[in-house]
Amino acid sequence: MSTARAIHRKGFLSRVGVLGALAALSTLDAHAQLALEVDELNFGFIKLTDMAPLAVAYERGFFEDEGLYVTLEPQANWKVLLDRVITGELDGAHMLAGQPIGATIGFGTEAHIVTAFSMDLNGNGITVSNEVWEAMKPYVPVGDDGLPVHPIKADYLRPVVEEFRAAGRPFNMAMVFPVSTHNYELRYWLAAGGIHPGYYAPSDITGQIGAEALLSVTPPPQMPATLEAGTIFGYSVGEPWNQQAVFKGIGVPVITDYEIWKNNPEKVFGVTAEWAEQNPNTHLAVVKALIRAAMWLDANDNANRPEAVEILARPEYVGADAAVIANSMTGTFEYERGDKRAVPDFNVFFRYFANYPYYSDAVWYLTQMRRWGQIPEQQTDAWYDATAREVYLPDVYLEAARLLIADGLASEADFPFGTDGYREPQNEFIDGIAYDGRQPNAYLEQFEIGLKGDDHATDAAALSAN
Amino acid sequence: MQMMLNRAGTYLGLIGLGWFVPIVRMATGESPGEQMRQIWRQLGIPLLAITLFIAVWSQLAPRITTSLGAVPGPAAVWDEAMNLVADHREQRARREEFYARQEARNAELIAADPSADVRMREYTGKPSYFDQILTSLKTVFTGFVLATLIGVPLGIAGGLSPTINSAINPLVQIFKPVSPLAWLPIVTMVVSAVYVTDDPFFEKSFVNSAITVTLCSLWPALINTALGVASIDRDLINVGRVLKLGWWTKVRRIVLPSALPLIFTGLRLSLGVGWMVLIAAEMLAQNPGLGKFVWDEFQNGSSESLARILVAVFTIGLIGFLLDRVMLALQTTFTYSATR
Repeated sequence: MSTARAIHRKGFLSRVGVLGALAALSTLDAHAQLALEVDELNFGFIKLTDMAPLAVAYERGFFEDEGLYVTLEPQANWKVLLDRVITGELDGAHMLAGQPIGATIGFGTEAHIVTAFSMDLNGNGITVSNEVWEAMKPYVPVGDDGLPVHPIKADYLRPVVEEFRAAGRPFNMAMVFPVSTHNYELRYWLAAGGIHPGYYAPSDITGQIGAEALLSVTPPPQMPATLEAGTIFGYSVGEPWNQQAVFKGIGVPVITDYEIWKNNPEKVFGVTAEWAEQNPNTHLAVVKALIRAAMWLDANDNANRPEAVEILARPEYVGADAAVIANSMTGTFEYERGDKRAVPDFNVFFRYFANYPYYSDAVWYLTQMRRWGQIPEQQTDAWYDATAREVYLPDVYLEAARLLIADGLASEADFPFGTDGYREPQNEFIDGIAYDGRQPNAYLEQFEIGLKGDDHATDAAALSAN
Repeated sequence: MQMMLNRAGTYLGLIGLGWFVPIVRMATGESPGEQMRQIWRQLGIPLLAITLFIAVWSQLAPRITTSLGAVPGPAAVWDEAMNLVADHREQRARREEFYARQEARNAELIAADPSADVRMREYTGKPSYFDQILTSLKTVFTGFVLATLIGVPLGIAGGLSPTINSAINPLVQIFKPVSPLAWLPIVTMVVSAVYVTDDPFFEKSFVNSAITVTLCSLWPALINTALGVASIDRDLINVGRVLKLGWWTKVRRIVLPSALPLIFTGLRLSLGVGWMVLIAAEMLAQNPGLGKFVWDEFQNGSSESLARILVAVFTIGLIGFLLDRVMLALQTTFTYSATR
């Protein structure tokens, strides 16, 4: 980018900043402030576009409207982020939905983490290297317009993985964290196409027992560099790191998580249970500010998204080029270079009650942890429900919503008052299998690949090897 | 005049301005031919080398295309440096706005309830590039001071007593070559376990980075001090014995003055190692200094990232050079006055 343009952009940004500040000042009076336990807070995030509610709440002055003085800090990776929340260096953070659940049940670092705010729906994709894309392309059906028909299933990747295995080359793929949405989505996609992604077991936490595709962890911003280096052949990650691969010409995104499971819950805002208990009013105030940010992001059919892109492109937030971030944030997604398609719901921050922490969402993550052996033993349906209730705090969310309605900043219809916390059974998965959060064990029985009943990872792998 | 010029020359040479002396000499009409040669050697050749370097760099850089675009040349790096300065100003303006908003809010709170507990909070925005440089300097000095406080006394003890020396020697040899990247995870875990307060005065990331710097920069100071103390003229020690000097007087009057040049050499090396290690430590410990700046830009992967990282590379180099010169100047000053 030329310097002149860069400077121009900065000028524009500072004007936007001033306008934002003025807007924030004018709403001050309409606002009832809570008696805060603490008002100086440190929140962590990972450089991904779905941290947007945090950046927007800061830049638009929503935090300050609540009397909160928040510092936002990018973290090196998800493990560092979680550890710093647990030690109290961070008061809260942008987390993978699986992190509070995994931490609470003691997979990985054990700590009781809770969430009252689900940050977004969708927003991830799976990218493969150019080499793999060329190899799988002959198997991908082509439409009348000469372009590949989406969604692209892992069935077409299967012959490539078999070629690799026959040649003795390990087929390595990366995801961002063992309990990440990306891990479960990648596994779901691979398994739906008949490729075994491997099991976890207490004795072997690499998650590669019996694996045909070997999955390992790479921090999101390093994904493109690792793919380029040839260490991995594909990855599952949030934006802008799939679009970055397209722009750099190093890989091709083959599928978005929207196509794997339509409107899947993604990041959450996590705090320790202890913090939530000690600072109930501050917690409410934070959730209020985040709800307003989410509303702003989805207002008037994504009208504010271009401004959000400008904010996210600053080096202190996501920092990637605005053009790369805009590609997915403004309702489109570019697969192969030039094959840009409309995916209006690729990033959902507020619509479809996106922020409500549904118990059924937590249960889905628990079923995937069981499916892949992160939960080594069979659990009862009641256990799934009880664990979800330990981690997800919809009451805090609804309380914050009521306060916003009282402030005149939101309306009753924006929130799912009266739900029991379980969504209706969902069947918009890529393999057509229906999910009912009330019956997790019955749900697991439907999968061909994956642990069910009282299976154990080590036995199951031995069986499939025979 | 000659005397003055000679003395000034020593100091100017230290800060890289040695070429100033021949210019003054030429102005006073002292053997112009010899002075021209001096100027050429001290000013001309370095300038020529730098020009050549920049020329080669600007020729070669655009030919290497990475996935973040071509490697930036000197012009792009200069532009990005100017952008960082502009960004610093913008951050300062935003900070003012932040304080203004806060004051307005506090005034409102007091108006509503005169007994309200109001106070000013620190600015919550991001640190500018200059803030980050300052953080790095603070961290490296903290680590360096700790290293000096541990290394020099241990070195003196080791230099004076062969017993102590053979006791610490194997440990020194084992720990000396350890990379900061190996220390950091251990330091992080230990600090998390030991440094537990509700209202920490220092950020943990700062403590982690500073201690890592200490662990790596301790050794040159220790070894050189021990060497300096051990190689003191035996006659001096014997004189001290004849005069029946106490242990402390002996250290202060005889050991320190004689060993000072080597102690300073050790400290100079220590500070150099510390500065080098700091960048790696900050990257991993997320201490908001230059190391984190490089890391964050690498993660950003925008089309300006490489140029920004190069700005940091030059900043790190220049500051490292300045630190070394400051230590050298201190060394010259102290050892001169001490030997006289």
